[in-house]
Amino acid sequence: MNDMTPTREQREAQLQGMGCKRKRVEDIRFTQGKGNYVDDIKLPGMLYGDFVRSSHAHARIKRIDASKALALPGVIAVLTAEELKGLNLVWMPTLAGDMQMVLADGKVLFQNQEVAFVVAEDRYTAADAIELVEVEYEELPVLVDPWKAMAPDAPVLREDIKDKTEGAHGRREHYNHIFKWQVGDRPGTDEAFARAEVTIKETFYYHRTHPCPLETCAALASFDKVKGELTLWGTFQAPHVVRTVASLLSKIPESKIHVIAPDIGGGFGNKVGVYPGYVCAIVASIVTGRPVKWVEDRMENLSTTSFARDYHMTTELAATKDGRITAMRVHVLADHGAFDACADPSKWPAGFMNICTGSYDIPVAHLTVDGVYTNKAPGGVAYRCSFRVTEAVYAIERAIEMLAQKLGVDSVDLRMKNFIRREQFPYQSALGWEYDSGDYHMAMQKTLDAVGYKELRAEQARKREAFKRGETRELMGIGVSFFTEIVGAGPSKNCDILGVAMFDSCEIRVHPTGSAIARMGTKTQGQGHETTYAQIIATEIGIPADDIMVEEGNTDTAPYGLGTYGSRSTPVAGAAIAMAARKIKAKAQMIAAYLLEVHEDDLEWDVDRFQVKGLPEKFKTMKDIAWVAYNAPPPGMEPGLEAVSYYDPPNMTYPFGAYICVMDIDVDTGVAKTRRFYALDDCGTRINPMIIEGQVHGGLTEAFAVAMGQEIDYDEAGNVKGASFMDFFLPTAVETPYWETDYTVTPSPHHPIGAKGVGESPHVGGVPCFSNAVNDAFAFLGSTHIQMPHDPWRIWKAAERLGLHQ
Amino acid sequence: MSTIEQVPVTVTVNGKKYQRFVDPRMLLIHFTREELNLTGAHIGCDTSHCGACTVEMNGMAVKSCTMFAVQADGASITTIEGMAAPDGTLHALQEGFRMMHGLQCGYCTPGMIMRAHVLLKENPDPTADEIRFGIAGNLCRCTGYQNIVKAIQYAAAKLNGRTVQEAAE
Repeated sequence: MNDMTPTREQREAQLQGMGCKRKRVEDIRFTQGKGNYVDDIKLPGMLYGDFVRSSHAHARIKRIDASKALALPGVIAVLTAEELKGLNLVWMPTLAGDMQMVLADGKVLFQNQEVAFVVAEDRYTAADAIELVEVEYEELPVLVDPWKAMAPDAPVLREDIKDKTEGAHGRREHYNHIFKWQVGDRPGTDEAFARAEVTIKETFYYHRTHPCPLETCAALASFDKVKGELTLWGTFQAPHVVRTVASLLSKIPESKIHVIAPDIGGGFGNKVGVYPGYVCAIVASIVTGRPVKWVEDRMENLSTTSFARDYHMTTELAATKDGRITAMRVHVLADHGAFDACADPSKWPAGFMNICTGSYDIPVAHLTVDGVYTNKAPGGVAYRCSFRVTEAVYAIERAIEMLAQKLGVDSVDLRMKNFIRREQFPYQSALGWEYDSGDYHMAMQKTLDAVGYKELRAEQARKREAFKRGETRELMGIGVSFFTEIVGAGPSKNCDILGVAMFDSCEIRVHPTGSAIARMGTKTQGQGHETTYAQIIATEIGIPADDIMVEEGNTDTAPYGLGTYGSRSTPVAGAAIAMAARKIKAKAQMIAAYLLEVHEDDLEWDVDRFQVKGLPEKFKTMKDIAWVAYNAPPPGMEPGLEAVSYYDPPNMTYPFGAYICVMDIDVDTGVAKTRRFYALDDCGTRINPMIIEGQVHGGLTEAFAVAMGQEIDYDEAGNVKGASFMDFFLPTAVETPYWETDYTVTPSPHHPIGAKGVGESPHVGGVPCFSNAVNDAFAFLGSTHIQMPHDPWRIWKAAERLGLHQ
Repeated sequence: MSTIEQVPVTVTVNGKKYQRFVDPRMLLIHFTREELNLTGAHIGCDTSHCGACTVEMNGMAVKSCTMFAVQADGASITTIEGMAAPDGTLHALQEGFRMMHGLQCGYCTPGMIMRAHVLLKENPDPTADEIRFGIAGNLCRCTGYQNIVKAIQYAAAKLNGRTVQEAAE
């Protein structure tokens, strides 16, 4: 060795592997306007599709007359249910085991439902033509309130299944009932409540909202009649699932369907499902023989594709007088809208709502979820959270606050008393989950110390006194939340989508010159997979991340995977990467042993090379080995250096965190100002701290939006209110608080690199934290629960109810 | 096929002069994206709120979804595609957004950078609060803005000849 030989540290730094703040490779194209999103794609002869949508929430369709539209120059076709009948495509299966209309079949069930699809030479002509399609409706009684869905005289929404007493998830108790899902020990729970010294009960309404990525949903279908092949570009978080569904629906063999998800402008759960627009674009391309593009506008996006939440959660806790929680009972009334189009794993009609015992050691619990139909848009997607985990965490974290209030103790002390202790992991929860790892006490304590919690409470006490004396009109709220996520669906034994097990995959090919390409079953929508996945590979096999290209989204080249949502990319695909890389490393070790003329066991891995134990100057780098693997492999060994892994995780991962929010509320205007927000996240092994921090910032901002005003609401006639940026609350840079982030590291014991996933944690933990802050501000005045969203009007109303404006 | 009579439009985009006949109702964003194939600026809403379509026109940041192409007749426009130097060197803002992790999905980024570009002309050394106010017409769903503020500060420092902060937290 001479002075020019790089040190171990230099070699390590050159890899830009796990743990470093590698700058994103995606940014090079995005900052120059060279991203490639669906609407950026232009094909020769491309047509544009646009929907005629229902103005009514519930109505029978008496007549559709498209003649005037068809007479407009430039209009090529108008599809209605009649046209789709020949293809048996009027209805399509949802991911939740229900059926959904592609185009209105005799009636409409929610406002803005797709009624007809106009195909024209350009998007302006298509927009003109939808105005010319005449639809005659006969209005029907509208059902908006889910609490009235199962009344004996409720209007029949789904005539197609009104006599079916069995649904995809068991018995239906009413024609507007979708399922009843029960988990836990009912008698044991009832008994614990009967014996309880203290109980609390409240119905927390987690309002309907929408993931609202900045890019709306879009698809471009191109059917080649000669080859019988379909190419479909789209905003797909799960491109392989789309290919399978497209094949099942169209009967085109899966080998002749090429699904491509190009760059995606944010997803947050919006782009998991299959929507009528995708199906109509495909059908229109088959019918016209030309490529057909469909792009939602913002109102269509907010009012039709994939709402989130809409859970009415009646939550009860039982406890001893000294604050030991003894039982939890939850009933959820789930408003699913007109079709059950939840994007959950098939066997989980309410997602993972049974994570609702949260971070606490609750000995017995019972959960019931009743899903019902209403005249609202279908969906129920996991908006920046694993399936229904945001709802679950909101319920327990509000309940903890209410219990603390009733017991007259600080909610932090109540949490500390009931946390699952470090030595209890792996922990079996009362509702059936096995939590992998955690150190909740340490995370909570670190958070308290960081914000100076005691001093904050002292300041709050002083302010409350000042408020009572009339010296200020401002209330101070301190919001605490502690959450445990459940991500990484999932073990195939309990998670599938339409029967496809929820594994994920990675294929790595190391090239002869020592660079590599990795192809994945997941699909980034902004998470930075091209950057972070390469870091995992770099650390595993010693090839610099800059020499590794990560490719996703092309189903022709990528191994089959279930896509990106529910924070599953790192827990599942991240594991597949490590496993594939380790297969490569094992072969590389054999080659190195051959070249160095030693036994494999005499070699050790060192950053980017195998070296002979005790003789570090005798080594072969991965780059050396790659060349040999192709050009002079050991006798009897297959040439090449590549591997594929399909990873079926043994368990979910359970990221957790502790958040604290300090808020000042003006009781006369209802305006709440977040003074401070501190977020500690534990996502296990950290792959790229810069990207983790970015994910936390983004998730917290979406949590802020949801908690403080973002909603999709309906009036009594089923008109969707506020489905545009005129009303739908998306925080700007001005309202968005400043975020302080921190972390602890508790690796997942079952994940090959110990990583747990992080993208959704801040949303899951953030929403209850904001809501707890608002509620905490008013708690000393006797208020026990104020419903979200906490926009100034609703906060003002809460103050009014408490008599603060007299 | 539109039956509306087409009208001539002449605009200079990124230093290059273009002459086209367009529908008078064609929006500027569709003109740049579809007639000129400059797809950097995006459409994110129907109501002029999101700013994904922001371009610089005659020195002002405009939302190109909110004006007709014909209104830009005679104008000089810069889009994200015109920000890097002819030799490919990135503009300080493009560099800053990458260095400070000021983007994730990238959809708002072209509009955000163009707005920041004009902001820094209006106020070459803005405070964090001034930046937040200055970009309030541009929505981002991914970043929570904090690193966008840092990215713009990075660019301002660089353009003002100061040493720039090395990396995002």
